[in-house]
Formats: sequence, structure tokens, C-alpha cells
Amino acid sequence: MKFAVIVFPGSNCDVDCYYAVKDGLVEEVEYVWHQEKNLSKYDVIMLPGGFSYGDYLRAGAIARFSPVMEAVREEAEKGKFIIGICNGFQILTEAGLLPGALRKNEGLKFICKTVSIIVENDKTPFTTRLKKGQEILLPIAHGEGNYYVDDKTLKELKENNQIVFRYKENINGSVERIAGVINKKGNVLGMMPHPERAYAPLLGNTDGLYILGSIVDNFVKGGV
Amino acid sequence: MDKIWRELGLTDEEYEKIISILGREPNITELGMYSVMWSEHCAYKNSKPLLKYLPTKGERVIQGPGENAGVLDIGDNLAVVMKIESHNHPSAIEPYQGAATGVGGIIRDIFTMGARPIALLDSLRFGTPDDKRTKYIIENVVAGIADYGNCMGIPTVGGETYFEESYKGNPLVNAMCVGVIEKDKIKRGVARGIGNPVMVVGSTTGRDGIGGASFASQELNEESEEKRPSVQVGDPFMEKLLLEACLELFETDAVVAIQDMGAAGLTSSSCEMAARGGVGMELDLDKVPLREEEMTPYEIMLSESQERMLVVVQRGREEEVEKVFKKWGLNAATIGKVTDDGMIRVLKDGKIMAEVPAKSLTDAPQYIRNEKIPSWQQELNQLNVNEIKPPEDLNNALQDVISSLNIASKEWIYTQYDYMVRTDTVIIPGMDAAVLRIKGTNKGIALVTDCNGRYCYLEPYVGSQIAVAEAARNLCMVGATPIGVTDCLNFGNPEKEETYWQLKNSILGITKACEELGIPVVSGNVSLYNESEEGPIYPTPVIGMAGLIEDISKICTMDFKEEKDAVIALGENKGEIGGSEYLKVCFRMVEGLPPQLDLEKEKRLQQLVLELIKKGLIKSSHDISEGGFAAALVESAISGKKGVKISLNTSLREDFELFSESQSRAVISVSSDKVEEVLKMAEEYKVPAQRVGIVEGENIIIEINGKKVIDLPLKLLEESWKGRIKWEMEKN
Repeated sequence: MKFAVIVFPGSNCDVDCYYAVKDGLVEEVEYVWHQEKNLSKYDVIMLPGGFSYGDYLRAGAIARFSPVMEAVREEAEKGKFIIGICNGFQILTEAGLLPGALRKNEGLKFICKTVSIIVENDKTPFTTRLKKGQEILLPIAHGEGNYYVDDKTLKELKENNQIVFRYKENINGSVERIAGVINKKGNVLGMMPHPERAYAPLLGNTDGLYILGSIVDNFVKGGV
Repeated sequence: MDKIWRELGLTDEEYEKIISILGREPNITELGMYSVMWSEHCAYKNSKPLLKYLPTKGERVIQGPGENAGVLDIGDNLAVVMKIESHNHPSAIEPYQGAATGVGGIIRDIFTMGARPIALLDSLRFGTPDDKRTKYIIENVVAGIADYGNCMGIPTVGGETYFEESYKGNPLVNAMCVGVIEKDKIKRGVARGIGNPVMVVGSTTGRDGIGGASFASQELNEESEEKRPSVQVGDPFMEKLLLEACLELFETDAVVAIQDMGAAGLTSSSCEMAARGGVGMELDLDKVPLREEEMTPYEIMLSESQERMLVVVQRGREEEVEKVFKKWGLNAATIGKVTDDGMIRVLKDGKIMAEVPAKSLTDAPQYIRNEKIPSWQQELNQLNVNEIKPPEDLNNALQDVISSLNIASKEWIYTQYDYMVRTDTVIIPGMDAAVLRIKGTNKGIALVTDCNGRYCYLEPYVGSQIAVAEAARNLCMVGATPIGVTDCLNFGNPEKEETYWQLKNSILGITKACEELGIPVVSGNVSLYNESEEGPIYPTPVIGMAGLIEDISKICTMDFKEEKDAVIALGENKGEIGGSEYLKVCFRMVEGLPPQLDLEKEKRLQQLVLELIKKGLIKSSHDISEGGFAAALVESAISGKKGVKISLNTSLREDFELFSESQSRAVISVSSDKVEEVLKMAEEYKVPAQRVGIVEGENIIIEINGKKVIDLPLKLLEESWKGRIKWEMEKN
């Protein structure tokens, strides 16, 4: 299977995604420049972290207008697996592919550390290697990770089982400590923590492979 | 034009010299160019005669001082590129932008050499955070570094932060960047090829930062606030694009030479590249992309607008360059050409606005100043330790030392930095040294910055040696062999004889230590005039150092690993308390002599620890420095989340046994069945070694000569150690 890592001007976890797939999953992976209009040859699309367009205006607010985002939308509709991490998550919410928005962290400071994440939904194609309630460790590194949804949408998220990850402790002020959500259809995941930074024993953490590995397992089975 | 050169920071003699070079009076543009190029910041005119002492040669040295950055061979056709630079004055008056552009500038120095930057470190000095202004400076310096480095996607993996009153009016912000490159792809700033086009790439040129280099070469005073416009404004997004565009451009061979437009902007980049190549350059200012209208030649030549590079390109290949930069949404404009007459000729509206020999701009006058031992030095060094009354409760003393600003965890600072991006950070901030793997190889690079300014204030020669020794020791503690130094010499006004004495002795100390330990200096920066109305800073020669790890699987960290492991103390405690953190924290005294250093013993300790790690004999290793044995022990216990029980036999005073900062020491932990082997090896290396205790329980317990002097819950110590800086910054 073939992964695409989208590169926007200012992306900087593109390298992290690339090596997590290449060395962690040992799958095929390519960088795709944001001007690309066709993503049909890829099986999984990753929107990496970073500061696309310098986070000008709002994180992800400009990247959503990149030509590649139309192609991302098309592939999402076809049911392909799409994962947005950190800035990638911000772009997916700005593009309307995921509900909610990411605000500045409660403490107004950038936070970089490894935190405990609780799995809320183990039925998604991104979490089948995990159990509901399981606690894993993942790095976070963001200044705008404070997830917000209104009450009505929150209710919907719960009804549809769209909350995939929560922080064990309040980290950044996110509504109900939400760290990652999935779309209703169940093929587009957005999360602030970085599974792609936790793929090698040398880095002291391989918990990210639960998530990235689940994608591979489920692709073999034919996806959603 | 009444002696306007004085306002620009030139002396009457220097002005006369310019007239004799040109054979006429310079015009204002030319005068501006000389004023920035002959400033201390660009020309090192007060320090150059001293810098020549530093050892700069070694078998790994590919590029020593004089280029944008130093380069060291690490085998497998790979090289490490490193440089440290100060941004002290800008950070004093505009901390956010000052610190941010300091980071931006040093990153450019690295990728100018063709290398991909892989790590940043920041060596910071502030006043104590008990007034609003100091807190504002700390908060904004850290935010400036964080916002710039994080956006660039270069991990900030280490550094150090000290808080001393002497830095209150003049904080120090030293940023270090390290890159990796394939040896045969190194770029240099040597202009060649008559007729080759000269291009300015990256951002546009505006009125920001004009005269920044001159401003950096004066003492700070009340009027400094007015110099705020001479602080540049950073745009990390622009720099990220510039980085990617430059690295993409280097894949072609169209680039002849390239230099960052940092201090003194277009002036320094053009004349330095021309002078290195023995050529001249003609620049047409009408072709420089400007962001403001009606800029004068003076302003364009002196602008320090960030995120720009000057590139000499192979003739006829301008379009290739333009294409790459267009892809990244950046400017690339041909503004001139390389000439054969050695002159920098500046044109505007078809008229010559400046015409000066390139070499005369880079060959600034040099000064050997008078030196004098400060009158206060002798009194400062006198310390009768017997007059220091031992504290009644050593538990309290330990808590005070552990939670002192200089020893407390710097977590509040480094968690604002993305230290993991690029997924190469194997040892994260907070340990003896940061370690990064080099993908595609078995190798790793360890990085550290170090300097105890207090030691250097008390005895510059020894204090500076210790800065080198401790940096090297820290690298050895993680299993890395030290290979090169980049130094950032922060001092006061060299025109004062006492300051010049400090500067000279410090450089001699660095020289001695680098020679004995066999570590060359490959790049560096000098920052003088660090004085405010409250006086000069402590002499602070910050040592940035890189170490090489041949096998990344053989590294060590400071945290205790397992219950029942034996704790061994390496080295000899000589009960040295002068200049210690203990003396400052518990007695409010900064005096005496700093610990003395025997470089032969230091070398043996370092080699022993390296060998122990290589052989896989030890489980943890931690350097003993500020706070002495007790602080090192507590740090290993906290980071390993394990208690420890220690029993010491000594003829020293109890408090000196715990807190003395004698050099060339370490605390290691070893599985109990390896103790004999480790002690035997220590004997072979002639390093004193004593089994002093065991990793166990949830308390820190220390007995001295059979009497329990310390018994504290680890949790309590952890709270004071981790929480102190956050608490200081958040309290009103």
C-alpha cells in the first residue's frame, strides 16, 4: 500500500510522517506537493504537522485553500483513509472535513511533552490495535490544540462515537479533554498528538505504531 | 556633517584612516558601510588579536573560524556544521524579536553552508525574576525562541539558563545551531568568476534593523530604548521557505557562493564574499526588491531585514535559481555582478553611490587594549571558609540548593520548545547533554552548552577552563567523544582595562583546556559592551560543544534505572565551596576562588566514563557540577523516580562534603554484580572511585561518618525542583 504525505509551505512534520511509514511500518510512502490535484494513486493520505503558511490568520486557515485539498476531499468521499496530525488536524477542521475548531492552548503557551492518551473508540480503522479505555503515551507539540465544539455538535460526536482519543489530564483546555475525532463515515481522523513521533525503540516510544499499524491492518481487510 | 562618524560609532582616528584609504572624504553611504563593518560586532576589532590563541586545527576540522560556520568530519562522508551567536542587546530592549531573530540568524548561518539544520540550543542568562521587567524579558525571550524554532521545524534540544543579578540590565541570549551535511556538498561564501551574477534571494529589504551591528557594539543605557527600531523583525515562515528553497537550489550546481545577510546586511555579505575571493562586486540598488518606498542607498546597504541571502550564481543559470525560489513563493533578483577590481561599487539611478575596496571593509583596525587586574579581585578571592557557620539542618539546605533557580529543572522553559520534531532526539532536554541520531547511520551527535559565569568572574582563567571541561564532561556522560567547540564570548566593555583582562584570561583559559583535551574551536562569536547602568555582566564565555557517538545503541542517561543498583562516586571531593551555588543560596555570598581544575585528572575521568559506557558496564552517569554531589544525586533520583541510600566517610565538613563543586567528578550507578569490574577499571584509569550507596526506597537518605544528615522524601524534592521556575514566573 502507498501513503501520501502532503507538503504545504511551512509543513515540518512531513519528514516525521515519511519516516514513520518508511521505517516504522515499512510501507511505501511519497511526499506530495500541495499543488497536486490528483491523489488517486495513494491508499492513505497523511496531512502532517507544522506551521502551514506560518499559521497566518489561524492555524490551517490558508492551507485549506491549497489545490490539494480538493483532491483530499474527493478521496475522503471515496472512503480512503485520511489522517491529519496536529496542523493536519487543524487543516481538516478548517476545511470542514472534521467538526470543531482548534483554539490557542488554555495557558497561551506552546506545549511539547509526552502525555497519556485514553482510547475512546477502538472500532475505527485507526484504532483496531487498541482497546477502549486503554492508556497510551504520545508526544504533543502544539500552541493551538485547544479543541472546541458547541454543545449540539458535542452531543452528535458522542452519539456517533466520533470521539477517538482523550487526554488523560487537561492539557490545553480542550472540550472534554478531546484529543482526536473522526468523521461520521469513519475514514477521516484528526488528532493533536503525534503517533508518527513514536515509532522507534530508540526514540523511547513505539505507541504510535498502534495507530499507524491499525491503518495497515484494515487496509488489507479492504478498508471501510 | 559635523563629525557624524562619531554618532555612527567611529573614532576620529578611524575616520582619518578611511580618508587615507579612499584618498577623499567618504560620502554618507560609504561612511555607513565602514561604520557597521568596523563595529566590534562585525570586525571583532578588540578581540581578534586574542582569538588567534585558540586552537583551531584538528584532524576532523574541515572548516575552522572565518566562514559562516565551522565544519567537522564525522566519517561516512558526513560532516557536522556548528555555530553559536549572541543576540544580547536586541533581546535587552525588544526581547521577543531580539531572541527570535537571534535564532533565525544562526539557522541561516548553518544552511548557508549547505547543511540541513538538525538542532538548536539556547544559552540564556537573566536577572532573578523578582521584578516585572525581568519576568517580561524571560517570558518574551523564551516565547521568541519557541515561536521561531518551532515554526522552522528544527528541534530545540538543549542549552542552559542561569539567573544572576549581574545580567539584570543586560540579559544574554546565545543561540547555537547544528547541521549535518554530506562532506562533498559544503558551500562557502567565496565569490568567484568575473561577470558571474550576484542575486539577492528570500525576503524583501525594508528599513528594519538599520545600524543594528553598531548598536550591538555599545553599552546599554537609558537611551538604548530609542534604538528599538534597530532591532530586526523575524518571520520564521519566510525563513522556512528560504531554507527549503536554498537546500533545493544546492541540489543543482548553479551556486558559486552564498552568504547570509545578517548583521550589516547587504554590506557585509557583499564585501565579505568579495574579499574572501579577492574580487569586487557591483551592485545596482534599483534592482533590490524593497518593501518600503524611497529607501536611500544608505538604508538599503545597512538594512538588516531578515530572511535574505546573497548568492553568486554561475553565469547564465539565473533562471534556474528564479524557478526554485518561485516555487517557494520567494524573490530572487539579480542585482549585480562579480568584478575584477576588488571594489564594492554601489549604483542607484545609474549613478555611483559608493565605491570602496572590499578588503578595506573587512580589514578593520585592530586594537590591543591595556589590561589591569581589577582592584576588587583580591578581596573577592579571599574567603575564610571557617567563618561560614554550618547550617543547623542540612535537609533545609539541600532543599534550598535543589530549588535554587540555577539548579531547579528548566522544564517550564524547554516544554515551550518543540524538542522532538524530525524524530531524531534520542536524549531530550534536562539531561547532561542532548543526543540526536543521524538517520541512515549508526551514529549519533551529542550537544551541550556550558558556562558558569560566577566562576569566570572570580577567576576568569580557571572559570573558562571549567566551562570547556564541563561541556566535555557532559558529553562523555552520555557516551559521546567531544569533537569540536563553538564559543560565544560575552563580556563587558573591552576599553575598560579590567574587562580586557577578563577577556584575555578567559581566552587563554579556553585555549589551555581545548589544547589539553584535544578539542578544536571551529567557530564562534564575540559579544562585548555587555554593560548596563548597573555595571558589566559576569564574564561569560559560553562553550557550545559537539560530541560524536559511533554506536547510538551505546549511550547513557543520568536517571537511576533499577532498585538495588550500586551507586559509585567518581573523582575526588576537595571541599571547594568558593563560588558555589550553596554559598550563594544559603549565605548570599559570591566570593572565594572557584574550584580548581586539573586537566590531566579531568581527561582521565572522561575517558573512564566513555569506556564504561562503551562496555555497557554502567546504568546511569551524571556529572557533578553546581550543587555538588548532593544535587547530582537528587537529580539522578528524581529523573529515575527512585530513592537512594548513601553512606559517606569523610574528613570534610558535612556541608562541604555535600555541596562542594570540586571538578572532574561524576555519580554513576551500576548493577551490583558489576561493581568490582567498574572499580578495577577506575583504578586502571587512576580515577578515585568509591561505592557509596544503593538505589532503593522512596527517600533520599545520606549518612556522613555514620550520622544521618539527610532524609527527605523524593516526592518533596521533586516538587521543589520541578516547580520553582514555574512558581517564580506565575507569582505576582
